Amino acid sequence: MFSALANPARFMAFSRWAAPILGVIAAGLIGAGLWLGLNAPPDYQQGETVKIMFIHVPAAWVAMLAYACLGGASFVSLVFRHALADAAAKAVAPLGAAFTGVALVTGSLWGRPMWGAWWVWGDARLVSVLVLFLLFLGYMALRASIEDEAKGARAAEILALVGLINLPIIKYSVEWWNTLHQGESIMRAGGPALAPVYLTPLLLVGAGYCAAFGALWLERIRAEVWRRRATSLALRAALA
Amino acid sequence: MIGQVLSAGKYAAYIWPAYAVSLAGFAWMIIDTLARARRWKRRADRLENEGER
Repeated sequence: MFSALANPARFMAFSRWAAPILGVIAAGLIGAGLWLGLNAPPDYQQGETVKIMFIHVPAAWVAMLAYACLGGASFVSLVFRHALADAAAKAVAPLGAAFTGVALVTGSLWGRPMWGAWWVWGDARLVSVLVLFLLFLGYMALRASIEDEAKGARAAEILALVGLINLPIIKYSVEWWNTLHQGESIMRAGGPALAPVYLTPLLLVGAGYCAAFGALWLERIRAEVWRRRATSLALRAALA
Repeated sequence: MIGQVLSAGKYAAYIWPAYAVSLAGFAWMIIDTLARARRWKRRADRLENEGER
């Protein structure tokens, strides 16, 4: 499937219908998940603040997914010099930054009533997610700062690959270091620690966020393909 | 019913800003993505048409 979509014409034909379908699926899943989540009873420890979980945790999941996509696309672009992979890497960075920003702010708004602090510098989970946010910003800044587009892309893609080391650090930070952040409660040995009344809406919203990310990423890649086509046509017209 | 769903007790000052930030994030992503796609498609189409003439 991926090799078939590596052809820009086939990708444009596929994404033309896939992006809106994913968008509709995302709206349905997020709507259903939030409806169930907002109707869930208050948690016995966290009270009504558990409602923040339904938007904070999926944003953090998609932030990490977006970085994995950035790393994967950067690898394919660097190794195989594939233009569409480079467009995919460029297109995913702003989305990743937005999801990471949302995860950081909603996490802070959840942390204040639960921990008594907006931010804790000594907490490895919080700091490693902040590093993720800075990696997205650094990728975009590095690309934009080098005039030669190809050289800028190469430099930014190397940064993206180096930054992949941060993903396992985020994932295992709650196990490797002392932290205020709660430990792994979904993908853990012995099954999820969450009651179904919270787990079902969380998974629905999580799937919806993934679908929304997919729709937006496809549409941004399409925009980048059109931008490159327009740039090349303008150059050809100028030379004629 | 809606009022019951939206009740957040003493934590409302934290919960609704969190939802507002998420909504703003999604709004920015959707508007920026669609505007970017529309702008570049229009420009590419225009240049293609000019090239054919």
